[in-house]
Amino acid sequence: MNQLSNATPELAAEHGLTAEEFARATEILGRVPNLTELGIFSVMWSEHCSYKSSKRWLRTLPTEAPWVICGPGENAGVVDIGNGLAAIFKMESHNHPSFIEPYQGAATGVGGILRDVFTMGARPVANLNALRFGEPGHSKTRHLVAGVVAGIGGYGNCIGIPTVGGECTFHSSYNGNILVNAMTVGVAPKDRIFYAEAAGVGNPVIYVGSKTGRDGIHGATMASAEFDDASDEKRPTVQVGDPFTEKLLLEACLELMATDAIVAIQDMGAAGLTSSSFEMADRGGMGIDLDLDMVPTREPGMTAYELMLSESQERMLMVLHAGREDDARAIFEKWELDFAIIGRLTDNGRMVLRKDGETVADLPVQPLAASAPEYERPYTPTPPRAAADPTALPPELDLRETILKLLSCPDLSSKRWIWEQYDHMVMADTVAGPGGDAAVVRIHDTDRALAMTTDCTPRYVAADPIEGGKQAVAECWRNLTAVGAKPLAITDCLNFGSPERPDVMGQFVGAIDGIGQAARALTFPIVSGNVSFYNETNGQAIQPTPAIGGVGLIEDITHLTRTGLAEADMTLFVIGNTVGHIGSSLFLREICNSEGGPPPPVDLAAEKANGDFVRSQIEAGAIGACHDVSDGGLAIAIVDMILAGAVGADLEDSAARDTSWWFGEDQARYVVAVRMSHLPAFKTAAEKIGVPVHVLGVSGGHSLKVGDRATISRDELRDAAERWLPSYMAALDD
Amino acid sequence: MKAAVIVFPGSNCDRDLAVALQQSMGRPPHRVWHRETSLPDVDLIAVPGGFSYGDYLRSGAMAAHSPIMAEVVRRAEAGVAILGICNGFQVLTEAGLLPGVLMRNRDLRFVCRDVHLRVEQRDSIFCRSYADNQVIRIPVAHHDGNYFLNGEDLKRIESEGRVAFRYCDEDGTVSEEANPNGSLKNIAGVLSASRRILGLMPHPERLSDPVLGGNDGRGMFDSLVSALA
Repeated sequence: MNQLSNATPELAAEHGLTAEEFARATEILGRVPNLTELGIFSVMWSEHCSYKSSKRWLRTLPTEAPWVICGPGENAGVVDIGNGLAAIFKMESHNHPSFIEPYQGAATGVGGILRDVFTMGARPVANLNALRFGEPGHSKTRHLVAGVVAGIGGYGNCIGIPTVGGECTFHSSYNGNILVNAMTVGVAPKDRIFYAEAAGVGNPVIYVGSKTGRDGIHGATMASAEFDDASDEKRPTVQVGDPFTEKLLLEACLELMATDAIVAIQDMGAAGLTSSSFEMADRGGMGIDLDLDMVPTREPGMTAYELMLSESQERMLMVLHAGREDDARAIFEKWELDFAIIGRLTDNGRMVLRKDGETVADLPVQPLAASAPEYERPYTPTPPRAAADPTALPPELDLRETILKLLSCPDLSSKRWIWEQYDHMVMADTVAGPGGDAAVVRIHDTDRALAMTTDCTPRYVAADPIEGGKQAVAECWRNLTAVGAKPLAITDCLNFGSPERPDVMGQFVGAIDGIGQAARALTFPIVSGNVSFYNETNGQAIQPTPAIGGVGLIEDITHLTRTGLAEADMTLFVIGNTVGHIGSSLFLREICNSEGGPPPPVDLAAEKANGDFVRSQIEAGAIGACHDVSDGGLAIAIVDMILAGAVGADLEDSAARDTSWWFGEDQARYVVAVRMSHLPAFKTAAEKIGVPVHVLGVSGGHSLKVGDRATISRDELRDAAERWLPSYMAALDD
Repeated sequence: MKAAVIVFPGSNCDRDLAVALQQSMGRPPHRVWHRETSLPDVDLIAVPGGFSYGDYLRSGAMAAHSPIMAEVVRRAEAGVAILGICNGFQVLTEAGLLPGVLMRNRDLRFVCRDVHLRVEQRDSIFCRSYADNQVIRIPVAHHDGNYFLNGEDLKRIESEGRVAFRYCDEDGTVSEEANPNGSLKNIAGVLSASRRILGLMPHPERLSDPVLGGNDGRGMFDSLVSALA
C-alpha cells in the first residue's frame, strides 16, 4: 500500500495495536496515521519497548543507594566503584529470536547488551548469560543448546570481551520458549558517562555503524506476542549479527567519547531508528527533523517504514555539538564505518521524517514516547502450596548413590562443554572465571576487582512467586559475598508468560514484591533491567524466571576467596541454620520425581547477618574456601568445593544428619573452610554476633567421606559431574 | 628492547600483549595501526590475537594483505624478531613468513582452556628462559588452531628443530587426548628457518601474572628481553 495513505483498523490489528490503542494514536495525531506512522506507534507501544503491563509494578522496586549514579531508565545502570570509576551494567533477554534462529538470536542478544553498555561510555569488561532450555529429551533441545552456545561464543569471542559466567538449566516448561538472557558489565571514568538526552537546537543527529537493511523488521512486535505452531515462519524477523563491525563501533565510539564532541548517544536496538530517535528526543524534550534519504542503506528502494523499523545491528545514533562533525567523521572513517548526518534537533517537540523531498511522517514525540499506554492488568495471586509430605521421601537412601545421581542430573552437571566455547580470559583480567559462585574480573591496572553473577531458581518462583523472588536476589547477594565482594546493585531480566493471563500476572506481581523486599533488606538496589513477557507457546507458559544479575566490589584482590578446597586440615563449617527444607528442592525433583511443596522460606535478616559475617571473616583472613548452599543442599555444596579444589573432605555422620539434612535447601547458608590458626577467633566472632555455625568436618584426603556411610573418590565425583553434558551433546554429531 | 604491536581491525589481544611485554621490557611497546606503511626502529614485532577482519574469508587472510604487512615482511628479511600469537600466527602463515596452515578445530568448536605445552626447542630467542622439555601451562582460545602442513615440509621443520612447542599432558606426554584442536603431531608453535620468527596458537600473555592463575607465559617475554636488549 501507499506509505502515505491512511492506515485501517485491520492494519493496526496486524501491527499488534488494540482498537483502543489505534483510537488513541488517531487522537494524538488529530488524524488517522499513515502506514509509516502506524509502524512507529506499533513498535513504540509494543510491550517490549513500552513496558505497558509492567511499568506500574516496576516503579515499586528500590533503585537507590548512596553508590548508585544512575538507576533504571537509561541504557544501563551505573554504580560508583571508587577511585574515580563507575561500573555500568545491564541484563537483557533475547528469548524469542533465539528460539527461532538460535545462533543469530543469541549472538545479537550479546551484541545488543554490549551496545547498551558502551553507549554510556564504558569499555565492556565481561559478559554473562543465563540460559534455560526445555527438557533434554525434547526434540529441539540439543539443537537449541548447540546454536545458542555457538552464537554467544561467536559474538563475544570475536569482539574480544570475556564471557565469564552464567547459568544453564533445563525444564519442560521451556520446551517451546527457551530463555537467553545476556548481561554485560563495563567500566567507565565516573565523570565521563554518556546519556541519551538530546539537547541544543540545531545540533546534528548522526548515524554511525553498519548500513540499514531489511532485517529484523518488527522484532520488537514479535517479542510481544506468544508463539504458536507457525512461529518458525517468523524467521525473517531475526536480525543477523556482525561482531567484527561491533568491535570497530566499540573502538570508534570510545575514541570519540574521549573528546567532548558528543551531546547524547543511544544504540539502535529493538525498534531501531524509531526508538533511538524518539527516546533521545523525549528525554531532552526536543524535536528532531530526520532526512531519511541520508540513512546509509544496504539495498536501494527501502521505504520510510522499513528504514524506521529495521533492526539491523551494530548501529548508533548520536547528537553532536554543532561544528564537531568533521572531528567525529575522521574517527569513524578511520574505523571504516558509515557516518552520516541524518537530521537536526528542533524545539517544536515533533519527529518530522522526510523522504524523497516529502514529509512522510509528523508525530509529536512526548505523547508517543512517554505517554504510551499503561495497563493495570488483572491478576490472581499464586495460591500457597501445602508442605511437602515427609513420608513421601524414600525411607532408606544410599547416600553415595544419591549424591552421584544428583551430581549427574542436567541442572547440576558441569557446564564445561558450554563455557570452554567462550573465551573467558581475553582482556587478561579474569581472576575467577566460569564454574565458581561469582566470576571475578580485575579492574584493569588496579588491585581491585568486580564480582558478578546471575541467579534465579524458577521452580521456587513457580511454587511461591514472593519467596522465589526474594530467593533469587538473596542467592545473587550470597554468591557475591562468597567470593569476598561487597554486593553493590542488580539488574533484573524478568521472563514470564502472557501478562494478559491473570495467573501469569499474579506470578509477576508476586515476584516483584519478593525482589523488592530482598533488595531493600540487603541494600541491593535495581539499577537496570528488562521485562520479557509472552514466553508461552500454545497457551503453555514458562516457569516464571526473574533472572537477577548482580555486581559487587572486591577492594583488595588478595581477599578473593574461591570455592575450591585447596588444602588439607581446614575445618568445614556450615553457617546458618539447617532444618532440612525439602519442598521444591532439586532432590525432590530428581530423586523423588516430585515438583511439589513450597520453596524454602527466605529470612532476609538471617541472610544479611550470615552474609556480613562471612564477608568479615574473609577480610580477617580466616576463610580458605567458601561456597553458598543452593541447589542440592549441603551435600552438593561440599562436593562442589571438592571438585573445584585439590583435596577431599572428611565429614562427621550422625543420626540427625538424614536425607533432608543433606539435601534440603534451607536458605542463608554458606559452607566455609576455616584455617586452623583462625579457629578460635572465628568461633568467638560467630558466638558474639549470634550467627549459627556448625562443624561439618575437615578438608583433606582424596575423597568425600561421610563417617562410615559413604566414601566417594574425587575421580568418581568428577566423572559424575562431567559426564552428562558432553555425552548428551555428542549425539548431535551422530 | 624496543617492540611494536601491530593492530588490525578486529585485533583484540593487542592490549593484553602490550601489558605482558611492558612487564618484561619495563616500557610500553609501540602500537602500530595496520594502515601504516612504516615501522619505528624496533627489535621485536608482535602480531596479536583476535579476529582480524572478523576472520572473514579465512583467519588471517585479509590481515596478511594490510599495508603494514609489506613492511613487516621487509623487517623479517632484515632479521628483526617476529612473534605471532593465535590470530597473529594465522596472519604469519598467510603472509608466507611461517610454513603450514591453521584449519578449523577437529571438533569444529571454539576452545578456550588451559593446555600444557612441552618446550621442544630452547634454541631460539623466544625460549631460552625455559628448560629443555619443560612443561608449561598456558591457555588456548581459538576456532582455527588445527595446524597442518604437507609431509615434506613437516619432515623439514622436524629435522631442523623448528617445532617450538607441542601440546602434551601435565607430565609432558604428547598424546591425542592432550591435543585440543587436532594439530598435526600436536604442534602448537613453529619457528622460521631463521629461528627469528615464532608463531604459536596458545596465549603466553594470558598467563604472565600470578593473579590470573599462572606465570608460565612470562618466560617467553623474559627470553626476548634478555636476547634482544
